[in-house]
Amino acid sequence: MMGKKIGMLTLALSAVSVSVHAANVEVIHWWTSGGEQKAVTVFADEYNKLGGDSWVDSAVALGENARALTMQRILGGDAPGAAQFNTSRQFEELIEEGLLLDLTPIAKKEGWLQFIRPTSVLDPCMKDGGIYCVPVNIHSNQWLWTNKKVFADAGLQEPTTWKEFLQVAPKLRAAGVIPLALGGQAWQERHLFDVVMIGTTDKAFWSQIWDKKDPEAASGDTMRGVFETFGALRQFIDQGSPGRNWNDATNMVITGKAATQVMGDWARGEFSAANLKADVDYGCIPGPSIKPYLTLAGDAFIFPKTDDADLENAQFKMASMMLSPQVQAKFNNAKGSLPVRDDVDMSLADACMKKGLKLLENTDATFAPANVYITADTNGQVDDLITTFWNEPDMSVDTALTIFAGIIDDAE
Amino acid sequence: MTKLTGPQGPKPSRNSTSRYGVYGFLIIAAIFFCIPLYIMVVTSLKGMPEIRLGDLFALPGDPSFAAWTKAWSEACTGVQCDGIQGGFWNSIKISVPSVAISIAIGAINGYALSFWRFKGANVLFGVLLFGAFVPFQVVIFPIIIFFREIGIYGSLLGIILVHTAFGMPIMTLLFRNYFSSLPEELFKAARVDGAGFWQIFFQIMMPLAIPVTVVAVILQTTGIWNDYLLGLIFAGRENLPMTVQLNNIVSATFGVREYNVNMAATILTAMVPLAIYLFSGKYFVRGIAAGAVKG
Amino acid sequence: MDERSNSSQSSQCITPTRSGRKLQLSAVLASVPMAIVALGIFVICVAYSVVLSFTKSKLFPNLNWVGLDQYDRLWGSARWLTSVENLMLYGVLFIILCLLSGFLMAVFLDQKVRFESGFRTLFLYPYAMSLVVTGLVWQWMMEPSLGIQNVVQKLGWESFQFAPLVDSDYAIYGVLIAAVWQSSGLVMALMLAGLRGVDGEIWKAARIDGIPTWKIYLFIVVPMLRPVVITSVVLLAVGVVRVYDLIVAQTGGGPGMATEMPAKFVIDHLTGRSNVGLGMAAATMMLLPVLVVIGPWIYREYVRPAKR
Repeated sequence: MMGKKIGMLTLALSAVSVSVHAANVEVIHWWTSGGEQKAVTVFADEYNKLGGDSWVDSAVALGENARALTMQRILGGDAPGAAQFNTSRQFEELIEEGLLLDLTPIAKKEGWLQFIRPTSVLDPCMKDGGIYCVPVNIHSNQWLWTNKKVFADAGLQEPTTWKEFLQVAPKLRAAGVIPLALGGQAWQERHLFDVVMIGTTDKAFWSQIWDKKDPEAASGDTMRGVFETFGALRQFIDQGSPGRNWNDATNMVITGKAATQVMGDWARGEFSAANLKADVDYGCIPGPSIKPYLTLAGDAFIFPKTDDADLENAQFKMASMMLSPQVQAKFNNAKGSLPVRDDVDMSLADACMKKGLKLLENTDATFAPANVYITADTNGQVDDLITTFWNEPDMSVDTALTIFAGIIDDAE
Repeated sequence: MTKLTGPQGPKPSRNSTSRYGVYGFLIIAAIFFCIPLYIMVVTSLKGMPEIRLGDLFALPGDPSFAAWTKAWSEACTGVQCDGIQGGFWNSIKISVPSVAISIAIGAINGYALSFWRFKGANVLFGVLLFGAFVPFQVVIFPIIIFFREIGIYGSLLGIILVHTAFGMPIMTLLFRNYFSSLPEELFKAARVDGAGFWQIFFQIMMPLAIPVTVVAVILQTTGIWNDYLLGLIFAGRENLPMTVQLNNIVSATFGVREYNVNMAATILTAMVPLAIYLFSGKYFVRGIAAGAVKG
Repeated sequence: MDERSNSSQSSQCITPTRSGRKLQLSAVLASVPMAIVALGIFVICVAYSVVLSFTKSKLFPNLNWVGLDQYDRLWGSARWLTSVENLMLYGVLFIILCLLSGFLMAVFLDQKVRFESGFRTLFLYPYAMSLVVTGLVWQWMMEPSLGIQNVVQKLGWESFQFAPLVDSDYAIYGVLIAAVWQSSGLVMALMLAGLRGVDGEIWKAARIDGIPTWKIYLFIVVPMLRPVVITSVVLLAVGVVRVYDLIVAQTGGGPGMATEMPAKFVIDHLTGRSNVGLGMAAATMMLLPVLVVIGPWIYREYVRPAKR
């Protein structure tokens, strides 16, 4: 109602005085599915409500395609006003080439470094004292989603660590359910690997590998253990896994065909679409992990440099809008992700989101995903190795370790 | 000119077993070709719960066109929720001129190569044929930069030129083979009568080339209508083809996949090339017969 | 009189040469687009791509020279080697199967059957489907718990197995089935056209000699179809070398590396993996064999001025 009124008002105003300062800000993003689309609509509506400038939507399915398009458009001299990336090293070359707008003035004015938490979320945006992107949310990757009824019927406890998982999985199979639902696509296999890695080691080891790129650690016993645990999971999936989409795997948990799935927090959307209740019908366990951790993965927006002063103003305005408390609340509730600031009303959050928020309060429990530290190229090499290892049981752990250490050694 | 004279095969034998064999083979082949279409159609008429129950071949219990309506005019592709219809006219805007121009140029090339054999033309054609094998992603960067410099990046003209360029190898091959199969005397007689380059092309060659032109239309329409990537990169935001919305609907990464809507959107998108096949099947065979006389 | 004849003579002498030159000029002018595309895109752009393969270009092209490093890495990459093997297997089988099934369908259609145009349309319509769609639908049909396998098992044949895509050893054949489904109709149309060009007299003569039908096809008709076969092979080969969409939609290159292809390797590195140098090295390695295998053929067939 209120929104409508304001909308009418701006319409009337803009009809009266045709503002020469209004800019159209084209935004390239890859939020094309149901829940994501609701979330991006929050941004678009809130931005348009500010009056004057308008949000022009360019949705392109699949992150890789959207990012490639952004690069090509920048190269072609037809850069969008804003574009979505993951908080990672995907856009560092754009910064180095001086193609992105430095958001420092507005970040200083609004005090981003004071309210964004944990501050490490901003790390991928910072380079040589400038701030080049706006992180808008935190998506945690490592959750074990469980069907509570399946566990109750089998008289089994939900596992909280990988060790427990390996003990309970054979019993689940004996009870006639698939212990682990997995979509066998390279990114999902890699996702599972990362969860096993952080869950069986710790934050220090994680950073030793991805941040310090230590080849000794990459071929050492701890890493061997990661590969062994990961390999042991092969026997607990079903025949139809290869090529399956992640949400079809989630659906197997929902229907009770499978007991568990390892997936990021976006899987919540599937459970709520099926009208299931968090911690009642389905469980969400951070990990499985020796210590509960939360990845600080997420989405960020960059703003290509422009010589059009009006557009630049509109870009600053958009960056500021994306981080304002009420927009953060609305957007993240729609998206099912966690806000990047702690003064946000998340009273609508369900039991699983609350677990995430609680972890977020403790900086020791949060860590950055691998692609914050390594280039897209290195990350791709790891993907190739993991999918090969997962799908070829004949590949020895030794071979995998050697290749892995080589990749880490070559990483820039 | 090869006339379509109906089947030229051996006289059908009276032996009825071999007749059964012929029909048996054709029917089995037809079933193989039909299955995917059948699945697409029945799935698009089912509701999501019915699809989740998972019998791919079952007829829809309660057929409904809801998924079709949604795909055409309601499905969301980002902030906008108006289905794939928005891109339909853009696809027409891109396809019609691209098909027309690429065929025109292919025809002129083929004609020039066949009858006006000047030095170097065949070398160019050789390069062009080699170019047919280049995955276009490889040469995209320089083209983007070139278009930026001449100021047509992200415009309708840009995408039309790109389609014309990438269609040129196959179009030229098709027309060259066709024109080479025509008797040289036709051309020589016209030259003696004093007809010029364009006159011969428009008055003598093109009327004869109608069948092969139909083949070219089919090949190009299919290729250009189904293109997604080039349209996305070169057409500019205002002119995005239908396939961009289709891809946004079909390949959503994180979210509920509505298979019925996906299938409906898919069939709707394929309607234009399918219609062209249905109406031009006869010409297709006739045209290729003419075009492929010489390999 | 004299003057007039002179003038007319001279004009007769001049006109052909003048118009001849002008005509030649039109022919050259008309070929300008071809020259621009051939030289501009397929020579300059490809050369530029080859140059980039010797550099350290990541996201954007640059000229930081690294010599043959990218090639070293390429040929040391298990994924690339697998891609090349996959392409060879897939390419050979795809072309053979398409030619074979296209030929058979055409021959059977050429037996004066009823509903010929109906059958023809059915065999041809898959060609209108984009490869993305083809991949998605076949992926579905080959899904073990949803697709054909499940349906047949429900009918009571418990041990029936048909899920090639979930098995590394067979996944490539799953892709092959989909690809043949999509493309063999086109070959059928080409072959049928070729058969229609075969003179009816040949059949009569052969009949009189009492030669069995299959022999006529094999020894008389097939050799006559050579040009059609060449056209088909070119069209199919172009699709093979560039195969990308189908793989992405149907298997994503999996399981593991089982259906990875060179074109996908190139495109992944040019876009998502931001390693233009390596991508271009791979592209160069893709085009070399094309040059070596197809180059001589193009030269023999087209470039060397043919006597007409």
